[in-house]
Amino acid sequence: MSEPTPPVRQAAGARGAQADAARTNLLSGLRGVGELRHLGLFVALALLVAVGLVTRPDAFATASNLVSVLSLAATIGVITVGATFVIIGGGIDLSVGAVMALASVWATTLATQSYGPVVMAVCAVLVGTGAGLVNGLLIAYGRLVPFIATLAMLVAARGLAQRMSDRKTQLVQQPDNGAIVSLSTTRVLGIPLLVYVFALVVVLGWVVLNRTTFGRRTYAVGGNPEAARLAGIDVRRHTMLLYALSGLCCGIAAILIMARTTTGSSTHGDLYELDAIAAVIIGGTLLTGGRGTIMGSILGLLIFTLITNLFILNGLNTSDQLIAKGLIIVVAVLLQRRNLKERAP
Amino acid sequence: MSENVARRGFLVGGAVLLATGCTSNEPAAAPSSAAPAPAPAASGNDQPGEKVVIGFSAPAADHGWIAAIAKNAEAAAKRYSDVEFKPVEPTNDINQQISAVESLIAAKVSALVILPNDGQQLNQVALQATQAGIPVVNLDRVFPDKLAYRTWIGGDNYGMGVAAGHFVGRKLKEKGVSDPVIVEIQGIATLPLTQDRSKGFADALKTYGFSVTAKQDAKFTVETGNQVATSLLQAHKKIDALWNHDDDQGVGVLAAIKEAGRNEFVMVGGAGSLNAMKEIQSGSSVLQATVTYSPTMASSAVRLARLIAQGKGMSDLVENQVPQSITLASETITKENVEKYLPLGFES
Repeated sequence: MSEPTPPVRQAAGARGAQADAARTNLLSGLRGVGELRHLGLFVALALLVAVGLVTRPDAFATASNLVSVLSLAATIGVITVGATFVIIGGGIDLSVGAVMALASVWATTLATQSYGPVVMAVCAVLVGTGAGLVNGLLIAYGRLVPFIATLAMLVAARGLAQRMSDRKTQLVQQPDNGAIVSLSTTRVLGIPLLVYVFALVVVLGWVVLNRTTFGRRTYAVGGNPEAARLAGIDVRRHTMLLYALSGLCCGIAAILIMARTTTGSSTHGDLYELDAIAAVIIGGTLLTGGRGTIMGSILGLLIFTLITNLFILNGLNTSDQLIAKGLIIVVAVLLQRRNLKERAP
Repeated sequence: MSENVARRGFLVGGAVLLATGCTSNEPAAAPSSAAPAPAPAASGNDQPGEKVVIGFSAPAADHGWIAAIAKNAEAAAKRYSDVEFKPVEPTNDINQQISAVESLIAAKVSALVILPNDGQQLNQVALQATQAGIPVVNLDRVFPDKLAYRTWIGGDNYGMGVAAGHFVGRKLKEKGVSDPVIVEIQGIATLPLTQDRSKGFADALKTYGFSVTAKQDAKFTVETGNQVATSLLQAHKKIDALWNHDDDQGVGVLAAIKEAGRNEFVMVGGAGSLNAMKEIQSGSSVLQATVTYSPTMASSAVRLARLIAQGKGMSDLVENQVPQSITLASETITKENVEKYLPLGFES
C-alpha cells in the first residue's frame, strides 16, 4: 500500500507539478502541521481564541466549552475530510448535506430501526456510499460535470429524504436504539465518543492522503488528469472512488448527527456543502485540484465553528455571524493567492 | 448528445424509484396522528346541508407543523358528506401558489381556505377570488388587505410569548428567584411572527420584574436547535428558565440539554407537538410546559369555510354569519392538563 507503483513514479517524473506534490507528500509527516502554509490559519485561530478570552473569560476557556466546540465540529468535520479528497482530486461535491440527510432518514425509518443500532449505522454508511457511488459513476463514466451531477444529487437526495420521512422528524427510538445516541452522551476522559469518531476519521483521512498510493493518485488526478492517465492511472475509476469516499464520510456524519440530535430528518445538513467547501478553501486547498491538506481543512472548519461559538457566547445575532464568515473566506483566499505568487518560481 | 444524457437521466431516475421501494416506514403500525375527535356542534350545524366544494392551498411541508395543517384540513373535510375537498399541490414557491389559487378560482369552488406562503404576495390573488364571489378563509398568515378575505383564523404569536412568559414568571416567583437568567431560543429571527413571540414573552416577564438575559435564533430545525442550545448552555453556566419557540427544533434543544447533563432550569416549549407533550407527561424532563400554536386551526378553517359557503353562522354565537376574524388563544400545556391535549398533538 505504501510503496508508490511504478506508473505513479513515472507520472511524477513526467510532470513537475506532480513531482512537487508527491515530494511534499512524502516528506510531509508531522512536519506538515507546522508548515508555513498553515501559519496563517493558526494565527487566525489564535486571534479568535484571544477574542474569546477577552470577551467571555468565564465561559470560553473552559474544558466543557472546548468539548462542545469539538462536538459541534464533528459532524461537518467528517464531511469536510471527504470533501477535501474530492476537491484535491479536481472535483466538487455539492450533495454532501443532502446525502447526509438522506442517510439519516433512511437509517431512522421504522423498518430500519427494527433491526437495531448496528444495522442503522451500517444502513447510514451504505446509503451515503451508494449515493457517492452514483455521483462518481455519473461524473467518471457518464461524463457529467461534477458541479451538475452533484447538484442533481443534492436536489434528488433531499427530495427522496422528504418522501421517505413524509417530511417528519424521525426520532431514534430509545432505549432500543439508544446505542446510537450514546455516541453523543457517553464520555471517555470527559470527551463524547463522537469526537473520537471525528478524530479517527481525520487521522485515517490524513494517512490515506499522505501515506498511500490512493492519496498520491488523488493529487496526480487533480493536478493533471491527462498526465495521470498517460502515467497509467485509471483516472475514471479513481474519480469514482473519490466521490464514493465523500459519500462514505456523509454516511458516517449521518450517524453522528443522529447521535447528537436523536433524530433523522430531511432538514439535516442544510447548506453543509457550502460550509464544507468554505472550510476546505480556507484551509488552502485549491478548487482547481492537485493541492491541499486535510490539516488545513480541519483548521478552516475549526475557525468557522469557533466564530459561531464566540457569537453565541456573546449573545450576538446570526446575521453578523454570516457577514464575518463571508469576510473570512475572502481574506483567506486573497492571502493564499499572495502566498502562491511568492512561491512561484 | 442531449438525447444520451436524457436516457441516462431516465435510467438513474429508475434506479432511484427502485430504491424508494425498499424504504418504507410502514411495518410497525405507523402512529396515526388521529385527527382530533371534534365535539359535535351545539346546533344542527353538523347536519348535512347544501353540497359545497372547498378549495385548499398551503405551503409544502418542510416542518411538522405545516404537515399537520394539510392533514388536519383534509380530515376535517372528510367528516362532512356535504363537502368536496379540493386541495392543490402544496408549494413553497409564491408563483406556483398564485397559479394554484387561480386554478381553484377557475374551477369555481364554493369557498377557499388559503394559508399563503406570504400574505403580502398572495394578497392580489385572494382579492381576485373574493371579487369572483368566492369567500376566502385566510388561515394564519394574514393578507394585508381586508377586502381580500372573508374571515381570518389563526394563532396568536404575541399571546404565545405572553403565555410562556407568565408560566416562567410564575414558576420563578414561586421559587423566589431574584434576578434570574432567562434564555430564549427563537425560530427564524427575521420573521414578524418570531418578533411578536419575543415581544409577548418580554412584556409578560416585565410584569414580574424579569427580563430576558440572552436570546438566539435557531431556524426551526432540529439540527440548528441542537447547535444553538449547545453553545447557549456553555455561555450560561446557570440558567433559571428557557423558552424555546418551537417544539420541532425543541427535539434538538432537548438532546443538547441531556448531552450537557443540565437540569437546573425550567423549560417551556412552543406549538404543542406530540413529542413535547410526551416529555411533559413523563414528569422527569426539564420541559415542563409548552404553549400552543396548534395546527388544529386548519380543521377549524375548513369548518368555517363550509359554514360560510352554506350561509350558516356559528351556533354558539348570536349572529347569523361567521365572524370576520378569529384569533385562537395560546393555551399552556402542563403535566396537569396534558391528557386533554394529547389527541391534538402533532407529530414533528
